[in-house]
Amino acid sequence: MANGLFEKGAITGIGETAYTRGSVKSDIALQMEASLKAIADAGLKPTDIDGVIPYAAGAAVAEDFITNFKLPDLRFSATTPLGGASCVAAIQAAVSAVAAGLANHVLIPIGRNGYSGARIGSRVQQMPQFRVVGEYEMPLGTLAPAQLYAHMARRHMEMYGTKSEQFGKIATTVRNHAAMNDNALRQEAMTLEDHQASRMIADPLRLFDCSLESDGGAAVIVSASERAKDMASKPAYIMGVGEGHPDSPSTITQRDDMTTLGTAKAAPRAFEMAGITHKDIDVAEIYDCFTYIVLCQLEDLGFCAKGEGGDFVASTNFAFDGDLPLNTHGGLLSQAHIVGMNHVVELVKQLRGTAGSAQVKDAEIGLVTGYGDMGDGTVAIMRA
Amino acid sequence: MEMERLYPLPNPDSQPYWDGLRERRLMLQQCGECGTIRHYPRPVCDHCFSMEVEWVEASRRGTVHSWSESHHPFHPSFKADLPTMFVTVDLEEDVRLVGILRDPEATLRVGLPVEVRFEDAADGAFSIPILVADRSGGS
Repeated sequence: MANGLFEKGAITGIGETAYTRGSVKSDIALQMEASLKAIADAGLKPTDIDGVIPYAAGAAVAEDFITNFKLPDLRFSATTPLGGASCVAAIQAAVSAVAAGLANHVLIPIGRNGYSGARIGSRVQQMPQFRVVGEYEMPLGTLAPAQLYAHMARRHMEMYGTKSEQFGKIATTVRNHAAMNDNALRQEAMTLEDHQASRMIADPLRLFDCSLESDGGAAVIVSASERAKDMASKPAYIMGVGEGHPDSPSTITQRDDMTTLGTAKAAPRAFEMAGITHKDIDVAEIYDCFTYIVLCQLEDLGFCAKGEGGDFVASTNFAFDGDLPLNTHGGLLSQAHIVGMNHVVELVKQLRGTAGSAQVKDAEIGLVTGYGDMGDGTVAIMRA
Repeated sequence: MEMERLYPLPNPDSQPYWDGLRERRLMLQQCGECGTIRHYPRPVCDHCFSMEVEWVEASRRGTVHSWSESHHPFHPSFKADLPTMFVTVDLEEDVRLVGILRDPEATLRVGLPVEVRFEDAADGAFSIPILVADRSGGS
């Protein structure tokens, strides 16, 4: 069953709101706006939606979509509580549902006021996915992802000689792509010197190693492949998907190898299902909450061996016209932090050939990842 | 406005750990069946799946596994303590612990021997582990 879900489903609709800092819309309104755009892009009516996977840590529940869209018969709902890995995990769940005939068109929405809304505090401490670090680490003052993840980055640097300048190369490349995207928050140029001069947040992570806090929504529709070919927009067929959870998933500090993410378990499954190799990947949209997390995923995805990420980053051209085009929309680092749904939307645009200035020439096969909740990793491979 | 503060949220599985810190003892869970020590506290031994638990006092000795120095005030109640050096330690008992380094002279490196000590937090509402370099010349 290695290829069980191979091309059983396709992304048939994509939608995004404007990405901002300073939204006057509710979290739910952002999700509805993005969802309506995705539904229209697919050539569907809202009432055609019969499956929905709301963001597990978000404001909206499936009932909100029944109410707002007057859905006559929602047949499938689920949540995928993997933090930033949720969107790609939801694609796996959605393909499973359409492959099994449980639903025809599954809506996967996300939207939040990540800048204007709630910040970190005791509310976060008591969320189940943070309960362990909430009890044992947050009361010491180490509570934000930058602080928690910095231990991984420092360990990687000490064990493998990885350098801050290699993190900086990721940040500057992704910024260049944001500057080509009208719907990106950070347009101004960033040099490696700018990166190195940016203030320290949680050593070794500097400000420009961190993603943006931002407001916005994005959504996709997953449909059964046999329906997809007759729909309004060019489908992106899902060749392979995978989900992986690291050992000691709830706390990084107790993890035997804190430089390995759940991605290392997910990636072989996704590549085997897709039946392709890394050389076949024309474009990669890799979850970039922090620059280090990109470098670590490149290893765990198998683009290079564990410990070689620093050298791989230094020797690879990640520009849209380079060796391995990376985060061609500007990523969470410089476009907006839309929990990685903006990565999914961008991959679909690339495979449709509608990605604008940063369009990768002849992009036929691409990869998108999710990462979150202390180390969960998800991978989807799609083709035009 | 009263400043929000993050407190531990002990439950029956973890109360002895927090009680131990207040008494200046580092207490760890040990499986009552197979003797495997585990941390952070939780109900089941992942070696033999027994739910029998004993508590043992740890050596308070270990070596540095990784670290991070925080500079940004993510939460107002910790702002006065910045910059803060958080250190992940491999304890002799083969589990990890996070503590705050209270040793300005120490130069951190992977494998540096450290000793766990204790400090009251939040006006004495609870106690936390802190770390100093172990200069006893052991490992």
